[in-house]
Amino acid sequence: MSKKMHATPMLDQLESGPWPSFITGIKRLAKDNDMAVDLLGQLEHSYETRKGYWKGGTASVIGYGGGVIPRFSEVAEKFPESKEFHTIRIMPAPAMHYDTATLRKFCDIWEKFGSGLIALHGQTGDVMLQGCTTENIQPAFDEFNKLGFDMGGAGPSVRTGMSCVGHARCEHSCYDEGRAHREVLNSFIDDIHRPALPYKFKFKFSGCGNDCMNSVQRSDMAVIGTWRDDIQVDQAEVKNFVKAKGREYVIDNVTTRCPTQCLKLKADDTLEIDNRNCVRCMHCINVMTKALSPGKDRGVTILAGGKRTLKIGDLLGTMIVPFMKLETDEDFGKLVALSRNLMEFWVENGLEHERCGEMIERIGLNNLIEGLGMEVDPNMVRHPRTNPYVRLDGWDDEIERLKQVKAG
Amino acid sequence: MSAQPRMPTESGTPDHFQYMHPTLRRNYGQWSWHERPRPGVLHHVSRTGDQVWTVRAGTQRQMDVHTIRKLCDIADKYADGYVRFTIRSNIEFMVADEKKVKPLIEALTKEGFPIGGTGNSVSMISHTQGWLHCDIPGTDASGVVKSLMDELHQEFINEDMPNRVKITTSCCQINCGGQGDIAINVQHTKPPRINHDLVANLCERPSVVARCPVAAIRPAMVNGRPSLEVDERKCICCGACYPPCPPMQINDPEHSKIAIWVGGKNSNARSKPSLHKLVAAGIPNNPPRWPEAAAVVKKILAVYKQDAHAWERMGEWVERIGWPRFFELTGLPFTKFHVDNWRGARASLNTSAHVRF
Ligand code: HEM
Ligand code: SF4
Ligand code: SF4
Ligand code: SF4
Ligand code: SF4
Repeated sequence: MSKKMHATPMLDQLESGPWPSFITGIKRLAKDNDMAVDLLGQLEHSYETRKGYWKGGTASVIGYGGGVIPRFSEVAEKFPESKEFHTIRIMPAPAMHYDTATLRKFCDIWEKFGSGLIALHGQTGDVMLQGCTTENIQPAFDEFNKLGFDMGGAGPSVRTGMSCVGHARCEHSCYDEGRAHREVLNSFIDDIHRPALPYKFKFKFSGCGNDCMNSVQRSDMAVIGTWRDDIQVDQAEVKNFVKAKGREYVIDNVTTRCPTQCLKLKADDTLEIDNRNCVRCMHCINVMTKALSPGKDRGVTILAGGKRTLKIGDLLGTMIVPFMKLETDEDFGKLVALSRNLMEFWVENGLEHERCGEMIERIGLNNLIEGLGMEVDPNMVRHPRTNPYVRLDGWDDEIERLKQVKAG
Repeated sequence: MSAQPRMPTESGTPDHFQYMHPTLRRNYGQWSWHERPRPGVLHHVSRTGDQVWTVRAGTQRQMDVHTIRKLCDIADKYADGYVRFTIRSNIEFMVADEKKVKPLIEALTKEGFPIGGTGNSVSMISHTQGWLHCDIPGTDASGVVKSLMDELHQEFINEDMPNRVKITTSCCQINCGGQGDIAINVQHTKPPRINHDLVANLCERPSVVARCPVAAIRPAMVNGRPSLEVDERKCICCGACYPPCPPMQINDPEHSKIAIWVGGKNSNARSKPSLHKLVAAGIPNNPPRWPEAAAVVKKILAVYKQDAHAWERMGEWVERIGWPRFFELTGLPFTKFHVDNWRGARASLNTSAHVRF
């Protein structure tokens, strides 16, 4: 277990500088792990030739169809010890909390069965245990599984969810992200482990409009906390803030930065808020953390269809639920039901390899909303349609139907 | 008889409370306000009166077990044995006693972990796998990020940007790295070369044909065998054909370049979330230090730092001063390639007489 190191003049340059170096880390592993020795050799080869040398394949564990990312080296004759270098994806707890005893167990297992290289975390939210032989995947996963951890999604499946620190340590949090995360994701366990969807589906949970989990751009269903009553104002703290920072600072940095101009600094150094025009953007609350907080009537806004480039370009999620209460068991049940309905609609209507957002673009938001048994809402659009190429002959019937709905 | 295989316990996402720092657990949903006593440190106060200080440190994300154990040692000694990770691979240590903050910072600094990434800093760059593990990368994400974070170290440990800066990298156009205030992505500049000998063996041809966003791939007979051909005038070099069909080689030591995008923002604070926009391309993919890419990023950051108002995210700043001024201030050339001609392109054209001189 002490294979000779390859010369790595290029990678060596990544050991200087103030930022922690992954190369130094892999070199430490290479002292008693031959896989790491050849990994460095292959990586140096990539740096020299400016090309990657991994190819996919198949590898999985008993009972599951996905979760392992198989990697086989195309230059295995030169670097045989890393010829199989698979990644195991493990789902962490919401907001990525750990006790050190658990992290140490991760290290022990991965030192025993894998390369010793762990990414904390992938952008999908998984712990990525990088570098495992085909033979060791099963025993390694068994150990993680016995510790209470399960495999994350890969391929056309529900992917590992992500939620912000929220309730655990953030005063802006408007709902229990951890609970929502677990209730929704754990109702899709079968779809996480056995990829059978048109394509991937991601859920992300952010406690407020700051959207620390980047749910609007990176998830097919983004659950973002909000409130519908008035911002809570502690006027004494407003005064303290004005006293400390000065009126000009407050005007420049708080009131004039409000996107809807609904804040006014009064002559007596209190703040007046036109809450009917507040769009819950979080700016003023971010600046005056002690004086302002979200209202008390809290819940979530839900957007669907965010994704990155392939195939029709980047899409931001679009609003499908302007407000939903999320407090009681029943509320959480409704969130789970909505996520299931959205998923089922997409499974039925999405084409192969078509993300939810692409389906919405192809079939139109109206069809999705109708499919979910919901009503359209002016919050769902930036503005009503501008093009007249639409059949309006159902107009009167629709008005009549809406009247009936309203009347109950 | 051989032993029965162990069937997995399909436990899903685990319960977070068992891994949560006790002060956080006790005050779950009870937090009242916070402040940042210094860069890299957050101070949260609960409605119960409890307080917690969080020290945030940068990591290399791809960590060896020895590094993780070292972080655990520090957490055991100074932070009650609990940590959490952020979406950008920073590690956070929570302590309920302010007196522990300084020794914790000293211990982390001594081991080479930079303290910062809070407030108006440049946080750790989110990244993808690169040559270390992905099967389609045009560059090495971890290496690019290590090089850049060395250069941006001062911006990580200080909080003197106008607002927070989120940088992302992606090693292919699929863009796993995501949107950012600055996004550093590989952009292929030549259509794929097809290895016809391999296509016949490895390829489910209908699926790769369906993958192409511009219908540039056609089934074709080459040397009497079924293969594929690419209409090079249509091809936009996106690389989407390569994952399902490795014989469609898109990565190229010369022509896989780096492009830089700015103005992506996911937060709703002030302006609506926005996608990032192309500002520079044709930057050489130059390991091991990518100096050309770093120079462009640093130039953009310097101009933003100097010109933006407090609280303006990069995209908001550019919206205010206008894109012509952005190109003028950064000295980056504006070209025909910056004018969108893809779906929905008209939405990005100027439909007003608004011009600044
Ligand atoms: C066949 C093509 C692809 C392969 C082999 C691939 C492979 C991977 C792998 C191994 C990861 C790390 C997973 C983790 O977070 O646990 C990853 C991450 C990711 N992928 Fe992909 N991916 C592919 C296509 C895509 C596409 C089409 C998108 C989006 C349009 C995408 C978006 C992402 C994102 C956002 C991440 C997180 C990045 C990270 O931290 O590593 N991927 N991909
Ligand atoms: S999204 Fe909002 S609630 Fe969640 S951590 Fe960020 S600021 Fe806090
Ligand atoms: S949350 Fe945003 S929109 Fe609402 S008052 Fe504050 S700055 Fe204005
Ligand atoms: S997509 Fe690629 S690998 Fe798949 S069948 Fe086509 S050529 Fe072969
Ligand atoms: S690179 Fe993209 S556009 Fe070109 S052939 Fe492949 S899938 Fe089509």
